[in-house]
Amino acid sequence: MTTGLQDFLEDIQRVENFEEFQDATVKLRDLLGIAHVVYHWVNSVGERFGAGTYSSEWVDRYLEKDYLRMDPVIFGCFQRFTPVSWKQLDWSSKAAKAFYRDAMDYGVGNQGYTIPIRGPNGQFALFTLNDNTTDDAWDQLIARNERDLVVVAHEFNKKALSFDAQNEVQVGPSLSPREASAITHLAKGLSRSQAAVEMGISEHTLRVYIESARHKLGAMNTTHAVARALSMGLIIV
Amino acid sequence: MLRYIYGNDLCHFPRLRDTMFRDRADQFKRRLGWDVHVNEAGEERDEYDAINPLYVIWEKPDGTHGGSMRFLPTTGDTMVNDHFSHLTDGVRIESPFIWECTRFCLAPGADRRVTAALTLAAGEIMEEFHLKHFVGVFDPRMERIYSLMGLVPDVLGRVGEGRETIGVGLWEMHEDVFAPTLERAGIDRETSKRWFHDAFNQSYEEELRAIA
Repeated sequence: MTTGLQDFLEDIQRVENFEEFQDATVKLRDLLGIAHVVYHWVNSVGERFGAGTYSSEWVDRYLEKDYLRMDPVIFGCFQRFTPVSWKQLDWSSKAAKAFYRDAMDYGVGNQGYTIPIRGPNGQFALFTLNDNTTDDAWDQLIARNERDLVVVAHEFNKKALSFDAQNEVQVGPSLSPREASAITHLAKGLSRSQAAVEMGISEHTLRVYIESARHKLGAMNTTHAVARALSMGLIIV
Repeated sequence: MLRYIYGNDLCHFPRLRDTMFRDRADQFKRRLGWDVHVNEAGEERDEYDAINPLYVIWEKPDGTHGGSMRFLPTTGDTMVNDHFSHLTDGVRIESPFIWECTRFCLAPGADRRVTAALTLAAGEIMEEFHLKHFVGVFDPRMERIYSLMGLVPDVLGRVGEGRETIGVGLWEMHEDVFAPTLERAGIDRETSKRWFHDAFNQSYEEELRAIA
């Protein structure tokens, strides 16, 4: 799955408009073999931006019923940064139970997993996976992909942020000089400890620069980060 | 016991919350002389307390604060990136797998068991959320405490002099540090895991309705 998700990261990074962003949620849904993938951003002034595979009937229904005001997923995840399985949320109220039944009627699955995302300047978004399956099967799917899904969620968010900054010139990721040298040393085949010695920093600091660069490059892991930095021309070996 | 509480949920723990912010004033303002703001209630709070951080708090048997620290993911607003990037070689440290840990505070008279328990909590967070590193803002005394705990922080840079020195550094929790930390804290791993999972499986909305 990691290989599939790694390729998928490249797909999101190539997205240029909202339609392709929407297509990416469909592609991820099919890749994971689940019912739904949804990305949802509510900004500080209450404007919403979202994409996902829920039916348009359910989206309309949700807005019409103003479910945003009581949705346990929104309440349970809002302004947090640790992932939540929907089972952990409080569905005990009458309104929540009715909402849950209504959602099922409109094709939302019984299992959900939401990754809340924090961006710069108080930006906040939710990335959700949903399916119709047993508790065990769902827990296994999540446990297998937990870390990689956090990477994917943040790639969706970065893309959404880049749409929001529409007036600014669109640029790809850039690395600070220290991050670029760290990645360059690895690309040249140096080990982490050799690279750290070359740069006159501790290995721990080097690993932080590499992790920071990995995130900026939208890579799944270090090897992928090196490959991406090379293909984007950010480093020269 | 160890509590993992988001800022928005602190209202459910008024005694713990109030004693924590007062102990922070005592530690950072009075004892360390940091340039921090203390409000009329004698509490030290800053702008990062207002953005729903995750707190780890050691709760004493009487329900008051024994020690605490505060976590924020570096993809959002953090003290390190907002105020200390000159200490990180200009690198904006940013990743969902690197969290900032700040305001490590001990209540007056807290012993080494509390420090060990908080270290343990940081380790559980690291393991459960697949984190790679913590980046912290701390004073020289904390550096010594981290080292005593076997964490050996990697200090990237320092500002200020004497007791007002503030350093930015990195630390992580290796698997082999768990055993000695558990022993120092006098806690078994099962209990530690139970505290962790109870905290993140807890939903406060139900309690709210029960009160209403």
